[in-house]
Parts: sequence; C-alpha cells; structure tokens
Amino acid sequence: MPVHSASPLLPLVPSSLSSRWASVLAGIALILSAPLLGCSKDTKAAAVESTALAATPAAKPAGAGPRVLAVTDKVVTVGQLHSATGTMAISETGSIQAERLAIDQINASGGILGRQIEIIQEDGASDWPTFAEKANKLLVNDKVAAVFGCWTSASRKAVLPVFERENGLLYYPTFYEGLEQSKNVFYTGQEATQQILAGLDWLYKEKGAKTFFLIGSDYIWPRTSNKIARKHIEKVLHGTVLDEQYYPLGHTQFGSLINKIKLQKPDAVYAIVVGGSNVSFYKQMKAAGITADKQTLLTISVTEDELLGIGGENMVGFYAAMKYFQSLDNDNNKAFVKAFKEKYGDKSVIGDVTQAGYLGPWLWKAAVEKAGSFEIDKVVAASPGIELTTAPEGYVKVHANHHLWSKLRIGQVQETGQFKVLYESGLIEPNPFPEGYQ
Amino acid sequence: MSSVSDLFSIALMQGFNGLSTFSVLLLMALGLAIIFGQMGVINMAHGEFLTLGAYTTYVLSEVSSRWAPWLSAYYFFLALALSFVIAAALGLMVEHLMIRHLYRRPLDSLLATWGLSLILQQAFRSTFGAREVSAKLPEWLMGSLEPTASIDIPINGLLVMGLTLTLTSGVFIALFKTRWGVRVRATTQNRAMSGAAGINTRRVDRLSFGLGCGLAGIAGAAFTTIGSTGPTSGSLYIVDTFLTVVFGGAESLIGTIASAFSIAQAQATTEFFLTGSMAKVLTLLAVILILMARPEGLFTLKVRR
Repeated sequence: MPVHSASPLLPLVPSSLSSRWASVLAGIALILSAPLLGCSKDTKAAAVESTALAATPAAKPAGAGPRVLAVTDKVVTVGQLHSATGTMAISETGSIQAERLAIDQINASGGILGRQIEIIQEDGASDWPTFAEKANKLLVNDKVAAVFGCWTSASRKAVLPVFERENGLLYYPTFYEGLEQSKNVFYTGQEATQQILAGLDWLYKEKGAKTFFLIGSDYIWPRTSNKIARKHIEKVLHGTVLDEQYYPLGHTQFGSLINKIKLQKPDAVYAIVVGGSNVSFYKQMKAAGITADKQTLLTISVTEDELLGIGGENMVGFYAAMKYFQSLDNDNNKAFVKAFKEKYGDKSVIGDVTQAGYLGPWLWKAAVEKAGSFEIDKVVAASPGIELTTAPEGYVKVHANHHLWSKLRIGQVQETGQFKVLYESGLIEPNPFPEGYQ
Repeated sequence: MSSVSDLFSIALMQGFNGLSTFSVLLLMALGLAIIFGQMGVINMAHGEFLTLGAYTTYVLSEVSSRWAPWLSAYYFFLALALSFVIAAALGLMVEHLMIRHLYRRPLDSLLATWGLSLILQQAFRSTFGAREVSAKLPEWLMGSLEPTASIDIPINGLLVMGLTLTLTSGVFIALFKTRWGVRVRATTQNRAMSGAAGINTRRVDRLSFGLGCGLAGIAGAAFTTIGSTGPTSGSLYIVDTFLTVVFGGAESLIGTIASAFSIAQAQATTEFFLTGSMAKVLTLLAVILILMARPEGLFTLKVRR
C-alpha cells in the first residue's frame, strides 16, 4: 500500500530537483499512509471450522435460509475484532480484556446452553479496510455465532455492510454519535443524546452555566455530538454558545484555543478532544492557569483510560459525563473491579467503554438462552426487553432499537486518576435518531 | 465583553503562544536538521527517538517517586540529560548497524528507517503497554507566572523556549566554531573531497547521527510537559518536523530557524481568527505554494556539485 501511494508522486517531481527531494515527498506520503499499515495476527486458527454444525437441525447451507454457525454439542465459537496493534490499541485494549473476562466467567459458570465459548481473535490493526476483511473472515470462514468488536465509528461503519450481508451479530461497546440502527448490531455504549443532554442539564442546574464554549477533535463523533449539544443549549436551556472550535486529530498546540477561552470567559467549556491531543490540551490548559477553581469544564471523552495518559493531577476538579466510572459504589461493580484486577493486574483501570465491552457477552448469553437457540434471527428477536441486573453500571435493559436503557453519571477528576461520582440520572431511553437535534 | 486591558493581555499571551509554538517546532526539528539537512539521511524514525526521550522521563519519574522522593522536584533536569545519552546511544548503534550501509541510497534509508520506526513503536508497546502513560511532573513546572491578574505565562512554555535557545546556540557554535563543525560542513559539501583532504568522514557521520538522535531525545523529554507519552506519540510530530526542515531549505540551519518561526507565527495567528483545522489548511497551503515557487526551500547553501 505505501509503495503505491508513494510512487505516483515521484514522476511529478521536476527533474531539476535532486533525488533527495523526491525522496522527501515520498517520505511524507509514506508517513501519511503509515496508520494504514500494521501487522495482523491470527491468534487462533479456525480449528472449529471443520466440525461446524448447524445451529438447528433444520438449518440449510449458507445462502439458503439461516447461516450455518460454528456450534457443536460442546462448543460455540465467537469472534473478537479489535485493534490490538496500531494507534487505536491504546483504547481498544480495555475492551479486549473486558470481553475476555466476561467470556471466561460465562464458561466457568457452565457456558451457554451447555456449550463452552471459544474465541477467535482477529486484529483490525487500526485500519478500517482490515476490519471489514477480518469481519468477513470471521463470519464466512469461521462461522462465528457472534462478534464482540470495533471501537471507532469508522471501523463500525466499515464492517456494517459485511454484518448485514452475512447476517452476523455484532456487539459494539463504544459510546458514539447515534444516527444508526441495524438489525445485526447491538450498541452497548451510550448513543449521543444519552450522554449529552443530561450532562448539559446538570451544568445548567448545578453550575448555573448559561454560556458555553464547545471544543472538539475534527471528525464525525465530536462534530455530531456538539451539534446536538448546541441545539439543546439554544432551544431547551436558552443559553448561548459563545464559540465552537475544532482541531485536527493529533494536534499538539492549544495555546491559541486557550487564549480564546480566556477572551470569551464561558460559564462552561464542553470538550470532546480525543487521542494524544487530549493530553496536550489538558496539560497546556493547566500550565496556562485554566484550572477547576477558575473554570468549569465538562468532557465526554475522558475516561479512566485517558486519565492514565493525562495524569489526574493535570485535570483535577474537571467533570466528565459517562454512564460508568470505576469508582461506582455498588456490589456488582465491586465484584467486577476485583475480578478484572485479579486477571489483569492491580494497576489496571476500567473506563466506560471497558465496562460496556463487558456487557456484550452477558447480553448475548441472556438473549441466546431466552431464544433457546444460537440462530441469529432468533437471538435478535429475543433481545429487546432483556434486563441485566448484574451489570457493573447497575442495571441495563435492551431497547427495541438495539441500544441500552442506561443512566448518566457526572464524575469529578481526582488526583489519583479516579472519578468521584457527584450525580446520577434516572434511566434514560436511547434515542439514536433524535428529532429536532439534527 | 472584555475591556481594553483584557484585550492587551490576550494579545500579549497570543504573542507568547506564537513564540512557544516556534520553540516547539524548532526543538523537534533541530536533530533532524543535522541528520537530514547535513547528512542527507531521511530518518523516518526521528519521532521514535522523541518518544524514547519521553519514556526515559516517565521511567525516571517513576523511579524517583518510588525510591528518591527528595529528587522528584528536580528529576526533570536529570531526565533531559539522560534522554540525550540514551537516544544518542541508540542513534550510534543504529548508525553502525544500519544507516552507514545506506548513505548512497537515500530511498532505501527511507524505507529502512521507517521499518525501524515500526519496530521501535512495537517495542515501546510491548515494554510499556499500549496505553499512554504520564510522567508525574514537578508542580512548579506545570504552573504559570502571573505578572498581572489577567496574564498567565506558562512555565513549561518558558522551559521549552529556554531549552530551544540553549540547544540551538550550542548547535550553531558546534557547526561554525569548532573543528568538528568544519568537518561536518566539508563532508556535507563534498564527501569525496573531504575524504581526500584527510577527514575521517565515517567518524563525522557517526557523531552527527548520534548528536541528531540525542537532540531528539531531549526534545521528547521536554515535550512530556506539553504532550502525550505513548508508543505512537512521536508520530504526532514527525510530519511537522519534516515540514519545518524541508521548508527552511534542508541544508541551512538558519533556514530551519526561519521556517519554524514563519510556520509557527502563521499557525498561531490564523488559529486565533479561524478554527484550528482551517488554520492548518491555510498554513500548509502557503507552504506548498512557497515550495512550488522555491523548491529548494527558504534558504539554500550555494554548493558546487
């Protein structure tokens, strides 16, 4: 790939230039295409394939009726599709770990319908076409009964046509911008209105915020989320959006933005900065004297995972709106945190998406048991209405639109890198296509 | 709305912001200006040498907070020095094992160093985990100076500025006032003739590459105060680094300085009046147009080939 993207540049370089300059251009082209690369690894070959049996006695070959699934009398095979390498490995590692933990626990308690779960893990390598290719492999070659995977919206959009064509089943763990609903996907994170509206209401009521400054990294999730936030601020709260600013992914210099915040003096900053930029943004805010005692800031893009990189001391006192925090005080969560730390070490932290990843296998188990079958159509039909009272976040329920009813919490950053939960909403109905917000 | 004195404070802080961006660009480009500018090696792994410095700082911060708490207020200076030593050492090793075989094959050096950067990224990931880490920086370093109530001057910005000034003058003196500098410049201008004149060009190359990598290490350590530390953090800087060196005219150190200054000012000014993404687009567009008119960059050395 990089060779192809680099070589067409070379003939364009005037011959008067030395070959060194040509190389530089090629080099830059290479850098730009670098995230597209990564090594993939199949952790486990598709050993189950040969023993694949039909999920139901009546099943016919794929293409004619229900898809044949890799289910034997003793084993059911599922897929896991995240980025274990590349730039997104930072975020997706937690989801991989949580899904594995859930599957281990299910296996230890007797499996599903008397079958042990086997995992075939594929690496999307932070590259969206690779995600689509691996999804195809999992569904067509491995015939997995369900896939737990994807993190970014881009990767989900890349695999969606594959899942719909092959009639697969995907459990997607990340909070995201909404505007999507598919028969073949269950969204275990929050969609945008669940995460945004209650948080803004809280700022308005508790902090008296009337003027807002919206900030985001420049791609679909922050832009869609800020669009919803702006509508809510202007139409419902009758407040003012002073400014709305976007910076490219990976931007590292936020001095100008910080000066704009100082000039505008908003009651509240609403921040959706992601990735390495996040760290630069908060460190530079602190160094420029914008700290929690002088400025209210609410973010929907910083979980315990991101705080590891930012450093709790650099963000102390700011707020985050999430459905889950590691510090949640309930028995489900205590058991979950204990099990997670036993498996992955005492220092590991659990963010919102990690917990949502943990829900996936449990929700699938509940649906399969309710349906009495692994067959995709039956599992999908059985899903709406399923309740999970053992969820670390407390309680969730599957909505007919394949999203979850869940609560929103506001947490305040502590120096230890944990959040102190200050507020908890009631159960919020998922609404991926909010009217009047688009 | 804001009063006039507030506007004045903002203008002042914005001026500082431009200078601060300039120092960051120059600091990260300094090492590459030697490796790419003077030696002609396209080092795609430059960003990973930055990352190495950042991780050195992280490790030292962990060590000092665990075993030597009395050091934790000042360990940062030790980290700067140690980052230089470690990055330079790795640089010397890489030069010996890989780069020296590739001096006459710039395109191959590009691919080889790019491979090196992937290897180093994975090594960081395997050693420190895929997640970002955070060095605990001394409290005084993350504060700000407040000459008046409405002005905040970030201390980490001042630190980067001071460091950039020191290192740039150091490199200048080394290049133009020492015998090593004469040898480097002679080798840059005509390798064969320099060899014939008795200069050990192998030694010059080795030292220059090591020095360039060491400078990247220091920059990486300094950037822990303003940026992230993760396996791929270095790649956030690599495009801007090459841009700065190429735009300035690869072989001229003055060019690199002028280029860092103009890119930083253009960026900071447009950013203040437009959104960040648009500012980036305009800055890159300006650079492209100028490079089309002046492909050799802002400054060039007149060299007979």
